[in-house]
Amino acid sequence: MTSNPGGTWPHAPGFYAGDRPKIVTSRFEHEDSYTLTRYLATDGYAGLRAALGRPASDVHDEVKNATVLGRGGAGFPAGNKWGLTPQGVWPRYLVVNGDESEPGTYKDRLLMERDPHQLIEGCLIACYAAGLSQCFLYIRGEMALAQERVAAALNEAYAAGYVGKNILGSRFSVDIVLHWGAGAYVVGEETALIESLEGNRGMPRLKPPYFPAAIGLYGQPTIVNNVETLANLPWLMRNGAAAYTAIGTATSPGTRMVAVSGHVNRPGVYEIINGTTTFRDLLYGDEFCQGIRNGNELKAFVPGGGSAPWFTPDQLDLPFEASQVGPAGSMLGSGAVMVMDSTTDIPRAALTLTKFYAHESCGKCTPCREGGTWLERILSRVVDGKGTDADLDQLLEVGESICPGAFPHASNEKLGLTAVPFPYRMNTICFVGPSAYAPVHSALTLFRSEFEARVTKRTHIPVTAVGQ
Amino acid sequence: MARLNEENLRLAREIIGRYPKPRSATIPLLHLAQEQDGHVTKEAMAHIGELVGATSAEVYGTASFYEMFKFEPVGRYLINICGTMSCALMGAEELMHHAEETLGVHIGGTTSDGMFTLERAECQAACTEAPCLQVNYRYRFRVTPQNFDDLVDQLRSGQLSDEIPQHGTLAVTRQHIPADKGVGAVDPELVTEGPAWLDGKAAL
Amino acid sequence: MTTIDNTTDVADMPEPDPNAVSITINGRTVAARKGELIIAAADRADEYIPRFCYHPRMSSVGMCRQCLVEVEGPRGPMMVVSCMTPVADGQVVRTDTPQVKRAHEGIIELLLANHPLDCPVCDKGGECPLQDQAFSHGAGESRFVEEKRHYEKPIPISDLVFLDRERCILCDRCTRFADEVAGDPLISFTQRGNNTQVMTFPDEPFASYFSGNTVQICPVGALTAQPYRFKARPWDLEQRESTCTTCSVGCRTVVQSSRDELLRYQGVDSDPVNWGWLCDRGRFNFQSVNSDDRLTHPLTKSASGLQQTSWSEALENVARSLRHASPTSIAVLGGARGTNEDAFMWAQLADALGVTARDAQLADGLPVSVFGYPQATIDAACSAATVILLAPDLKEELPVLHIRLRDAANKKKIRIIEVSAQETGLSSLAWKSVRADGSSVAAEIRSLMADAAVSSQIASGPLVVVAGRSNLAESADHVMTSIDAVCAAVPNASVLPVLRRGNVRGALSVGLSPRNGADAAAILEASAAGRVDCLVLLGADPLSDVPDADLARRGIAGAKFVVALDTFLTASAAHADVVLPVAAYGEKDGTTMNLEGRVTNVVQKITPRGTSRADWMIAAELADMLGHDLGVTTLADVQKKMAQSVVGFGATTTSVAIKRDGVVVSSAVTREAVASTTSVARNSYDFRLSVGRKLYDNAVGTATSPSLSNLAPGARVTVNPLDLERVGAPAGGNVRLSNAHSSIVLPVFVSESVPRGSAVVPFNQPGADVRELIRHGESVVDVRIEAIA
Ligand SMILES: Cc1cc2nc3c(=O)[nH]c(=O)nc-3n(C[C@H](O)[C@H](O)[C@H](O)COP(=O)(O)O)c2cc1C
Ligand code: SF4
Ligand code: FES
Repeated sequence: MTSNPGGTWPHAPGFYAGDRPKIVTSRFEHEDSYTLTRYLATDGYAGLRAALGRPASDVHDEVKNATVLGRGGAGFPAGNKWGLTPQGVWPRYLVVNGDESEPGTYKDRLLMERDPHQLIEGCLIACYAAGLSQCFLYIRGEMALAQERVAAALNEAYAAGYVGKNILGSRFSVDIVLHWGAGAYVVGEETALIESLEGNRGMPRLKPPYFPAAIGLYGQPTIVNNVETLANLPWLMRNGAAAYTAIGTATSPGTRMVAVSGHVNRPGVYEIINGTTTFRDLLYGDEFCQGIRNGNELKAFVPGGGSAPWFTPDQLDLPFEASQVGPAGSMLGSGAVMVMDSTTDIPRAALTLTKFYAHESCGKCTPCREGGTWLERILSRVVDGKGTDADLDQLLEVGESICPGAFPHASNEKLGLTAVPFPYRMNTICFVGPSAYAPVHSALTLFRSEFEARVTKRTHIPVTAVGQ
Repeated sequence: MARLNEENLRLAREIIGRYPKPRSATIPLLHLAQEQDGHVTKEAMAHIGELVGATSAEVYGTASFYEMFKFEPVGRYLINICGTMSCALMGAEELMHHAEETLGVHIGGTTSDGMFTLERAECQAACTEAPCLQVNYRYRFRVTPQNFDDLVDQLRSGQLSDEIPQHGTLAVTRQHIPADKGVGAVDPELVTEGPAWLDGKAAL
Repeated sequence: MTTIDNTTDVADMPEPDPNAVSITINGRTVAARKGELIIAAADRADEYIPRFCYHPRMSSVGMCRQCLVEVEGPRGPMMVVSCMTPVADGQVVRTDTPQVKRAHEGIIELLLANHPLDCPVCDKGGECPLQDQAFSHGAGESRFVEEKRHYEKPIPISDLVFLDRERCILCDRCTRFADEVAGDPLISFTQRGNNTQVMTFPDEPFASYFSGNTVQICPVGALTAQPYRFKARPWDLEQRESTCTTCSVGCRTVVQSSRDELLRYQGVDSDPVNWGWLCDRGRFNFQSVNSDDRLTHPLTKSASGLQQTSWSEALENVARSLRHASPTSIAVLGGARGTNEDAFMWAQLADALGVTARDAQLADGLPVSVFGYPQATIDAACSAATVILLAPDLKEELPVLHIRLRDAANKKKIRIIEVSAQETGLSSLAWKSVRADGSSVAAEIRSLMADAAVSSQIASGPLVVVAGRSNLAESADHVMTSIDAVCAAVPNASVLPVLRRGNVRGALSVGLSPRNGADAAAILEASAAGRVDCLVLLGADPLSDVPDADLARRGIAGAKFVVALDTFLTASAAHADVVLPVAAYGEKDGTTMNLEGRVTNVVQKITPRGTSRADWMIAAELADMLGHDLGVTTLADVQKKMAQSVVGFGATTTSVAIKRDGVVVSSAVTREAVASTTSVARNSYDFRLSVGRKLYDNAVGTATSPSLSNLAPGARVTVNPLDLERVGAPAGGNVRLSNAHSSIVLPVFVSESVPRGSAVVPFNQPGADVRELIRHGESVVDVRIEAIA
């Protein structure tokens, strides 16, 4: 279809296979990858069969031993998370986080549209291993095709006895309920996801006490896992933890899906080897993005989704390894790299991200609800050339009210900056508030001159507070 | 009309039945209402409240939190142009200006013929295919001004009506759990014991 | 004053307490209890932590972020919200570090960012937590130079409450209250993020009996009460702590006035009673005290009707009538609207005159022997394993008791078994809720007791019977029989009697309870038969309040001489020979007794209207004139005398000694055998009449409060939807209710909450008077209902 050069409906474009080991994208090249027929023809549900052939606790151990890192952003090992549920409290639920909406992130939608049965199988393995008696698969509201494909796959799977009562004729029975959202980024946050699934406004709950594994859906122990995390399980059950950890590094085993967008020659989604692949490989490698567009210079890049503090070329040689990216001042987050070349208007770029988080604030806590919008207002004034130098300091002051103390940023030789390691402290309930500040802080720290060029020098006049 | 019709009421009851607590069906039911009327009416919200055991105020509180629910009629085709980082870097602003000119409305506006409503949307998880947009939540990728005009013509001429149903309809395939295959939802308060398969033996 | 936190003092904790933990706040050691929140412990230790969303009587949401403090953690000090972080032994809390100070200033600045600068014209200005904490914990300046949020302001969200969304700081207090406490989630957050706003559903008002509490707990001026808007500035208000006597729950309040006019009541947190909450009727009926219709001078009957007269002449007329009447032909009705001292002195006078005929109830309550059972308190009911409800709809009659029981049931502390004629406000929360007309409740209870699940539930712990006059059309004996049925099966059950009128239990306890069976009904019958020469009405209005209208009419008409002590010229007072204006609530000091038997004080805040004075003074004066020295000149004398002669009263129950939570006085009544009633069949053409009260009715205090007077739903009959066809009228159409006694015409409505075969009619409403169909002493009342052409 002419208006769809990136790939034709109904097939989601953007994926480049390459010849690397594949754990979650092995079927993507098949046009009919989402059908049960194709799935069964390609080891479909063999992982589940393998799992049901072993005691649940064995399966849980297998996942623990594989250290399957959460792919939703926090990177917490799935096996360990399953172990955090309080003893003897029933029922327990699985909630699948398919709300993918972190700026730059594009992988869960591919997994749901192109290989829904792999996700379903992953859910079943998780429920079996952790004793979860019902699964809710929460798909982002705007993803009509993903909902379509998962619904069809679930109907096929129920009919064929892969889901529901006595799965594969075993004593294992579990329902998977397809649930869909209605457009609110914050609902991707696990406690907000649960609120939303309970039919409420998607406002996050405070952790502690509301850690889902302890007090989740309907107040019951609840495991929330990301789509990609669960999609790893069928392969893992087929090939075992040893095979899984043989790929990548000890602390970051296996592969992970990464979406690279922005000013590169071949933006796309790649399943990369975890822990070893570097940002330089990804941005410049032939099997990956093949360099910056029009041979331009790389100016900056966001390494882990819109919430992540920015990197500059100085950080290109860091690998996809949390234990190195954190100290360097940012995070790997949700596997989303956004690339800005030399032509990029940095203040404007920061504004689009801040605007996003301000707009997506749930409104529950003061610093995010008021501070996010305040940052956006000041920043847009600055971008429009109507700002003053006092505004630049004010941006940092508002930031201080959202995230007290030193905010993480990368080192920079030119500017003589040394890195402030991730994470930050925050006055908010969840990360949306701080995320509104992250781009402002990164941009101001790494490219302050671009802001100063925009503003007029003036010292600001305080407005006295209400009631004085 | 306005309240859920017979068929949708049947669907609503089926959906409610899948959850341990009826309230959980609120958002799916709101989608059902929007699919029926193109937007969510007051009567539908009151009806949904009755069905899930919430007050109208609570249903409205939930509904108004979410971007996708419209409380006023919108065009047959809701065009959401993504304006977040990756798309912005790849010319989303320009595309929006072009769209405003082509349709003769500003962002947020609806064309006088009621065909199109134009909105600026946040990240659509297609960042590698920027700039992108959705028409009634069906994607278009790497959209150039030319692509946009073609798209509008195709929509006007009805060529895409199979692929893109009127605003409110998401997946056309619905989940259905056959009575004999489903486990069924149980109110957590009635559950006291862990699942049978946790007995240290293999389930198969 | 938004919240009054009275978490009990650590000092009076039982030692040794296994739950005791010790923490340090800013270096000071503070004793606390496991599970207690840091902010609560800090409050007790007078280490004030600023807060907006936290409220000690509601669940914490931790959303305003104002209460951030530093707690020493493994990785150095951590910022946590003290309203959601429980104490832990050895915990080190700091509220005074530069980091905490910076955070507090930051949050205040952010809250002020969009807050309008209209404090000078804001009702809350001067008592505003945002304003106050902006001074105490803010940086003193806002650097927010952007355009503020704008909304239409203010908008009425109910008949009583206005909402100004620009002032709202989105603390979730009102919305949490509506949902958690009142159970009326008719307001909710709507929209999202920076556009979040509290709203009702389009054209569905926040019609809650408890809406006024949201105004009180709003930490800014976003919610204002129509009756108080722009009436005064907080610094002009003087206040004294008192007790609401609108109903017998006895909620603790402060009475606020300016320039000798009552302007506002606010709830005060009494832990055993109201937890700071009030119902809207009790909160807003201060308007009645200020009403222009108040009686200001004594009146005497003359050829041309009632004429203003002097106190001396009026009292002389009364004295003369009392002098000439024989003690057996004198009767005293009422006393429940006054103080214990009022009732006590009138009882003293009656004793002195040898008068036995007296009753503080008006045939609309229960026999006094209900106080003969082991008595329960509100707390006892709210912590019992099982509560058996044999009462009218508490939400309508005793609203804050409803809130307490609702809370206990919600938190699964108690299980409620309800037996009632129709669904009530608690039915949805009841463990079991069964329908039965009064005459078959006892039988219903016996069969419930036979049920295995029920008996094991009852065996699981203490049982409290909450018993009141559920149906004014039916004999009170049914209730007594039902209580007996429970106590027969569960000997150690205790009873919480829920007699509704303000100080009815007090008046009955201090001497105005019937002697040898001569209750109000008997007195009125005697009067009708011409055997009453002098009838004294102590704030009593039999013509409006006695369920049997005919009996009341005959009784009042038959009395040779009627004296009415009242604040308004009620229907009955209008028939009096002498009317004496008396001091109203807020115009006199004294004590009152709530439905538990808890004695607390009520206070004078303004001077009595016109020449009116307290009832007890009138009694004392008459005693003098009649040559009986009761030996009292001051209130203190009265209370001393009461302490000597009334069981349970003493040094602790005097105005001076009494504290906020008062003293529970144990009942002196001994239990009597009750004539057990039996179930009465209903012929299938008829409907069984069920008559109960609504919160808003024609009661004087409500009808004379402009902002409440139009809230009464009006007379109507409600039947089950399936019975409408049988009635043959459309919903809303007029029908005739008739029986052997009379017939009235009412609009008919339907509700699932009414079982088939019963007809529910509210009591004392504007419109046709259901009391015409009721005859005192009849076991049940059945009526025919037919459409009128
Ligand atoms: C503001 C916010 C948005 C988030 N959005 C998503 C999301 O869209 N998808 C997702 O899987 N996790 C998201 N997360 C992370 C989830 O809270 C949660 O950590 C994750 O789903 C757990 O799954 P995992 O352990 O498999 O990664 C988000 C977190 C925050 C704070
Ligand atoms: S940080 Fe923002 S999005 Fe997160 S809970 Fe607070 S207000 Fe909501
Ligand atoms: S008082 Fe603790 S967050 Fe509001």
